Amino acid sequence: MAGPMKMRATLAGGGTAGANTEVRVLMTHPMTTAQSGQPLHFIQNVTVKQNGKTVIEAEISQAVSRNPVFSFRLKGGAKGDKIEVSWVDNKGESNAIETAVA
Amino acid sequence: MTRRSLLAVLGLLLAKPLSVLAAWNEQAFGAKTAADALKGIGASAPAPSKDIVIDAPQIAENGAVVPVEISSNVPGTTAIAVVIEKNPFPLAGRFEFKEGALPFVKLNVKMGETSDVRVVAFAGGKQFTATREIKVTIGGCGG
Repeated sequence: MAGPMKMRATLAGGGTAGANTEVRVLMTHPMTTAQSGQPLHFIQNVTVKQNGKTVIEAEISQAVSRNPVFSFRLKGGAKGDKIEVSWVDNKGESNAIETAVA
Repeated sequence: MTRRSLLAVLGLLLAKPLSVLAAWNEQAFGAKTAADALKGIGASAPAPSKDIVIDAPQIAENGAVVPVEISSNVPGTTAIAVVIEKNPFPLAGRFEFKEGALPFVKLNVKMGETSDVRVVAFAGGKQFTATREIKVTIGGCGG
């Protein structure tokens, strides 16, 4: 079943000018395929928000590995920026996590 | 307010809850060939580009978890799609990068067998592409 998420958001380059925000997020999800003999169950949509504004919208398939891990990069950013990642799967289950850029 | 505009407003109100449901391109994700998947995402004939960087292992021992890192140096890239040509359903994902995001993503994918992994970058109404072959020792679509 869909479980907890983990996320880390850091400024690449140690907070110097011109640094980008690196987001690494882990989702607990079976991501079962039609070939597995189990019911098809996979995340379909992933959304990344920076301070409440949508910056990345992804549609994914069952070809993404179990317990998906994604890395994203956002332009600039500052310590304390709020990063939110949410997902919705093919059964309508969803989860979200929010963290501040460290 | 005319009756027509009232109807339009009502229509918008009714449509609102639907728009909350995220979009998922069922046609493209349901495609069983790479060509159909590309057609489904509006990239039937993407132009080859050296500005798309695909970082992945040459040989993946475990097809269930193949790390792939993608970035596009095509100016104005707004989206990137990943197509694993020989997978039963080739389209693995499509990432839309809005203002504030860099056209970069790293993810783990499943591969049923050795295949070209095709990346399509969307920029300025055009499509660009690059491929990278990843050899798979043990297929990973049963997971």
